[in-house]
Parts: sequence; structure tokens; C-alpha cells
Amino acid sequence: MTIDISQFFQVFFDEAEELLAEMERLLLAVDVDHPDPEDLNAVFRTAHSVKGGASTFGITDMTEVTHILETLLDRVRKGEMPLTAEHVDAFLAAKDILKMQLDGHRHGSSVDQDAVGNVRMMLQSLAQDVPVTAMAPIAPSFHSNEAQAVDHSGGKRYRLELPAMAHREVQALGAELGLMGHVSITPLDKDRNAMLVTTHESLDDLIAICSFVLNPDDMKVTELPPLDDVQAKREGDERAKVENALGYGFFDSTELQPQSAGAAAKDGEGYGFFQPLDEIRANAEASSEDARGYGFFQPVEQIRANAGIVDTGPTPQQIAEEEKKAAAKKEEKAHAVPHGAGAESSSIRVSIEKVDQLINLVGELVITQAMIEQRVGILDPMKHERLLNGVSQLTRNTRDLQEAVMSIRMMPMDFVFSRFPRMVRDLAAKLGKKVDFITNGAATELDKGLIERIVDPLTHLVRNSIDHGIEMPAVRRAAGKSDAGRLFLSAAHQGGNIIIEVSDDGGGLNREKILAKAEQNGVPLSENMSDADVWQLIFAPGFSTAEQVTDVSGRGVGMDVVKRNISAMGGVVDIRSARGFGTTISISLPLTLAILDGMSIRVGEEVYILPLGFVVESLQPVPDDVKEISGKGRVIKVRGEYLPLVPLYQMFDITPRFTDPCQGIVVIIETEGRKACLFIDELVGQQQVVVKNLESNYRKVAGISGATILGDGGVALILDVAALIRSSRQLADEQIFS
Amino acid sequence: MAKTILAVDDSSSLRQMVAFSLKAAGYQVVEAVDGQDGLDKAKQQTVDLVLTDQNMPRMDGLQLIKLLRELPAYQKTPILMLTTESSDEMKSKGRAAGANGWLVKPFDPQRLIEVVKKVIG
Repeated sequence: MTIDISQFFQVFFDEAEELLAEMERLLLAVDVDHPDPEDLNAVFRTAHSVKGGASTFGITDMTEVTHILETLLDRVRKGEMPLTAEHVDAFLAAKDILKMQLDGHRHGSSVDQDAVGNVRMMLQSLAQDVPVTAMAPIAPSFHSNEAQAVDHSGGKRYRLELPAMAHREVQALGAELGLMGHVSITPLDKDRNAMLVTTHESLDDLIAICSFVLNPDDMKVTELPPLDDVQAKREGDERAKVENALGYGFFDSTELQPQSAGAAAKDGEGYGFFQPLDEIRANAEASSEDARGYGFFQPVEQIRANAGIVDTGPTPQQIAEEEKKAAAKKEEKAHAVPHGAGAESSSIRVSIEKVDQLINLVGELVITQAMIEQRVGILDPMKHERLLNGVSQLTRNTRDLQEAVMSIRMMPMDFVFSRFPRMVRDLAAKLGKKVDFITNGAATELDKGLIERIVDPLTHLVRNSIDHGIEMPAVRRAAGKSDAGRLFLSAAHQGGNIIIEVSDDGGGLNREKILAKAEQNGVPLSENMSDADVWQLIFAPGFSTAEQVTDVSGRGVGMDVVKRNISAMGGVVDIRSARGFGTTISISLPLTLAILDGMSIRVGEEVYILPLGFVVESLQPVPDDVKEISGKGRVIKVRGEYLPLVPLYQMFDITPRFTDPCQGIVVIIETEGRKACLFIDELVGQQQVVVKNLESNYRKVAGISGATILGDGGVALILDVAALIRSSRQLADEQIFS
Repeated sequence: MAKTILAVDDSSSLRQMVAFSLKAAGYQVVEAVDGQDGLDKAKQQTVDLVLTDQNMPRMDGLQLIKLLRELPAYQKTPILMLTTESSDEMKSKGRAAGANGWLVKPFDPQRLIEVVKKVIG
């Protein structure tokens, strides 16, 4: 029987990623001067678990790094070595390296071997005179009898990335190359492997051997930097042990139980028993009897013989009866046992595709349900009372189901927040500032799609706060503040939105500086602008008041991108700031992008959906308020403000019922701080729609952000308001030039 | 009836691999995520063999073995330690705690099955 363990690689990758994140979190929280032994144990355990998994799944490079890391951590946690900030830095660097290696195996991304070497050196020099204990062999290693005697240390190291090929062939190739030197195999993915060969033979000879089983052009060869001497020697010693142990074990061959030769052999094979096997077995039988609630002082056979019972054995019916009873009992037990004993047993991993498929199906269900609801709406309520009751029940259930399914995609903000402590620590150290980082509401949930897109803007804001917001310790002291600045990151639900805030107690925004800079950039300014309006100026492209550009931030690309990204997610950014007291940047986002509150509108025969969040109001203008600007289209005066008219029929080139805005309806839409009047034929109604991606089903269309299916089964396109406003300006510009 | 094995490991990838391998060999497997969980599950039902990791949060493998041995139902049940610790010190600790044997990680599934078969058939 062969058992393919490659199916567990994905589980290991997920697990290792979590463990590494946990390691980082623990390391960042550790108090270097008074480390909590429990924390150190927990850090050790994460490294230990990664190593255990990596070695089992044959991921050599990660096993090697975790091994050195684990050795050092073990000494620190046992108090053999004091913990220093240097240690924490080295541990964090090792974590980064492991993450890089993990991504390398998982996604095939490149792994910087120099960086790996550096971190290994760093860890080893910290461990200094510590004898590095033998490392467990990791993947199958190959040595011929002839090769055993040869010392390959000092030989050249090559990494051969093999094309996809059968396991058997890889093994055969490994054995062949083993004649030339030391070979270890690391799986890259399902069918692909990499070989690490240490040899004195030339690369051409290696390739010549490989060409027996594969096309050398399909193989990627890299020469690795030679190992340092210590390393080579250790690998040499290692090999001796491996060979002693028939290629499996890794204990020192000093015997645990010198009295038993058998034990030593088993020891070499990597397992052993403390008692003779028969004894364990005999005990096992006895104890299983005990556990069933009965026992015998004499062997069962003897008792039966004494009583003169003829051994006929149970009839098949009796056996079936017994099994049935046992099964029933087991089921009872299963029900009686409370679930969720461990954190992991109460959750399962599901691929995002499955969840999205579920969401899509529920979306379809919602549409079907809406269709049924619409069809039965015309029936006589007296005649069809029960049908109508059933349909309204269906409506409620569908809505509940939809809500429940949407919640699957929700992820805690911790997913984003957890990456900041490290960044804050590194940044503050780089800038010579002191920062206390506090997060709040990390359990607040947000749609997975949005979570991924909020990372970049949020990173930018946190960087800005540390770089520009929080002052240097000396400046803070002079201002009567504590040396360490405080940086808050919080998330909270508010209605159907999530509010994410980045807040610092730094110097605050400088009104005069911003105004001066805006003037310099040619931004039109009005007198007596409110603070809120002044703060919005920093979102203009190319705006930076930083006196000197640092490599952290201040290049002037940023805030405009932040604002644009947030707007694209249907969110808004708000700034509050007080000079000398700090700045708070508040982001408000919808909880999900999969469902949208929309207003259905009609132009000619077509129905479109206008996202409700962009709609300010709708009105029918009087002829006096509609003005023609030569070559620039028309504008409408709304409460003293002139807004450009965007006729939807012109944008999409369709035949409308009305071409005069005074007969149709104009809807005032607002986005990115700009308003416009969308001219349409009529408003149809307001409804929640399930957003379908147009790009994945058709292709990207300018002015359209997606599509949905209406209650009557027809397709309606969802308007991209921001794009409409932008293209209306282009249209106007083109008209000027034409 | 198929023999039941309790597999205790905090690493879900290893636990799943162990469980998968043993199930493929015809055993029933109960999984537990740490020592405490292992103890709870061992109390809920009797198993024929316990395979436990050593280094785990909440309760480590040695502690689990000690506590299992205090239960009447587990005084003689075979207990094997799955561990990356290869030192003799760990083995003698395991032995003192009441383990019947050990199996060193990394191991391949065949070896695991081979060892389990030796103990409980």
C-alpha cells in the first residue's frame, strides 16, 4: 500500500503560514527585559511545529532554518542565554526568511538564497559556541557505497529544478546522481521536485546524467554559494549518522537499552518500545477487557472449558444484532458529546472558490425568488391565500439564507491589523521615534474582498502617521507629551458600514502649510475655508507638505491614491485634526460588495441600476434652470449651483423617450467630491441587487461596473458613477476640440 | 471490529496525515488537538492505542501520558510518543511517564503503520 502525502502539502502550507504569523505576533509582544517564560515556550512551539511539518513533508530548506532557530530558542527559553533585542531581531528575520521559503514552495516565488545564508549566519553567531546538534535528515538522501567514503564538503552545490516527472524517475535520477555526490530532494509542488547536489564533478557531467531521463532544457540549474566549513562538516557528520541508521534514523547510535540488541536496531529505525512487544500486546488485551467492564482471573478458554461450554460462536443473526446495537450506542454517544472541545474541531477550511460558488447560487436563488414573487403578485389573494403565504415565507427564508451565506465571506479585521505591529516597530526604529501601537476592534468583520483591498491604503495611512504625524521624542518632550507617540488603529461597525480609523497623537495637520502648498500647486482656494475643506486638499494628486522626502513617505504619491482606492470600494475618507494634538483619518466602507442597494432607472427600453450610495436627489428641472454652454453641453442650476448635465442616452447611444430634461428626470449623483446631473427617462424603483461581475462573464465595459438579474429575469447593467462623471467631462472636452 | 487509535497532535497537517494513513490501513482514528483535548477524548471513549505528540499547547504529551495512566481504562493501553525530540533524555522522560514506545518525526506513513501493526495488529 502506498500513501501519497502530497495531498497534505496545502494543509501544511496554510498551517505554517499561520504559525509564522503567530510567531511574529508573539515576538513583537515579548518584553525583552522581562520575557514571560510562557511566551518564549509558545514561540519555541511555533518554530518546533513548523520544523516538524517541514521535515515530515520533505521541505528541506525550511527544516534547516527552523532547526537553527529552534536550537537558539530552546537555549533562550531554558534560561541558558539571556534574551536580547538582537535575538528578537534575528528571530523576526528568520521568520521573514521562512515566509519567503514557504512562498517559494507554495507559489514558486523566488527565494533569495543570500538572505537565507545571512540569517543562518546571524542565528549561528548568536548561538556561537553552542554545538549545533545533529539535524534530522529530511528528504530521502542518496549515497552509493562508493560515495560514502568520499567527502563532498568543499564541493560545488547545484540546485536542479526538475520538470514534472514520475516519482519513480526522480528516485532513479537521485540514485544515479548519488554516485557523484550528496543529493537531497525537495518537492516543489505535486509533480515537480528540486534536487540539491553537492559534488566535485563538473556541471556538464551532472547534466549528462540528467539527460538520460529528461530534456536538460526543461531543467533549471543554479549554482549555490558554497556552505561554510562548519556547515559542511555538520552535513558530513550527519551523513555518517544517516548511513548508520539505514537511511532513516537520526538518533545518536548510543544505545538506549544496551541490554537489548533489538531495541538498538529499532532505535536506528526511528522508533522503539520500552517493553517487549508481547508484553505490550498482552497488556493491551487485558486492558481492553478491563475497559469493557469485566475481567477474568483465568484465561477465558479455561473458564469455558471448565464450565463444559462447547464453543459454537455467535450466530450470524446475533452478530448483526450486536453490531446494530453497538452502532446505535455509538451514535447516541456522538450526540451526547459536546462539540468544539478544541478550537480547530469547531472550524473547517474551505476554499474561497467553494464559498463564492455558494454565494453565486444563493444569488441565483434570490433572483428566482424575486421572479416568483413578482409572478404571484398578480394572483387573487382570496383564491391563492396559501400559495401567497408560502411565497412570503420563501422570501423571508431566502433573505436569511443570503445573510448567512454572505457572513461566510466575512473575515475579522485582525487579518489586516496583525501585519502592522511589525511594520510600526521597524519604521519607528528606522526613524528614531518611539511609538506605542494600539489596536481596537480587530474582531470586527468585513468582506474578504474588501479586506484584501484595504491593506494598501491602510498601510499608507499608518506610515504617514509615523513619518509625518508622530514627532521625534525630543520634540514631544518639549511639547509636554510623553516620549512615545500613540498610534491607534480601530475598526467598528456602524449600521451597514465599517468605520476604520487611524489616529495619532502627533503634531496634527498644519493649515497654513497646506494652504500655501495648495496655492503653489495652483489649486483654487476660497477664503475662510473650513478646516475640513482644507484637510481634503491633501488628497489632491502630487500633494506633500513634507519638508524633506524620506524613503518612508512624502513623495507626494499616496493620499490621492488612498482616496481613489477607498472610493473605488464605495467608501469615504474623512479627516479630523487639531494642531499639536494629532490627526484621525476615518474610513467608512460598505460591509460587502456582493449586494448593492440600487435604484432602477429607465432610458428608452433599457433598465439600469444606479448604486444608491451615489444618489443625492432627483428632480425635474424647469426650463429656466437648464442652460446651454457653447460647446460644453448643458448645465442645470440646482439651488444656486450649476451642475453638468449627463444625458445617459447620449453616453450609451440609445433612443430615449425624452431628449428634453424638463420632460424626463434628472438624478443628482455625487462621487469624488464632484456632482453631476444624470438625465434619464424615469425612475422605476429601489431594490437590493446581487452584483454579477461583467468582466468574468463578458468583458470590461466603460461606464458599467457590473450587472444584475432583475425579478422578471431580464439583465440590468449597473452604472459606474465615477466613470460616468469622468467621461462626461471628456465628452465635453472632445466637443470643444471637434 | 476495527481498532481505534487516538492521534494527538497540535499540528493539523501532521494530524491529518497520521489519521489518513491509519484509516487507509483500516483503523478507526480519533483526533485531538492537544493534550487536554486528547485526555477529554480518551475519557469519552476507550481507544486501543494512543499516539501523541510531545510539544503541544495547554498540555504536553508527557503530562497527557501521566494522566492517562491514572485512568483505570488506560493503565495498560499502548501509548506511543510521536516526537521530534531525538534525545535519550526525552525517551527516558517518556518512559517514566508511562509511554510504551516512541516514533520519531519525521516518519513516513508506511513506517507509522508498520509500528502500529506491531503493537495492536
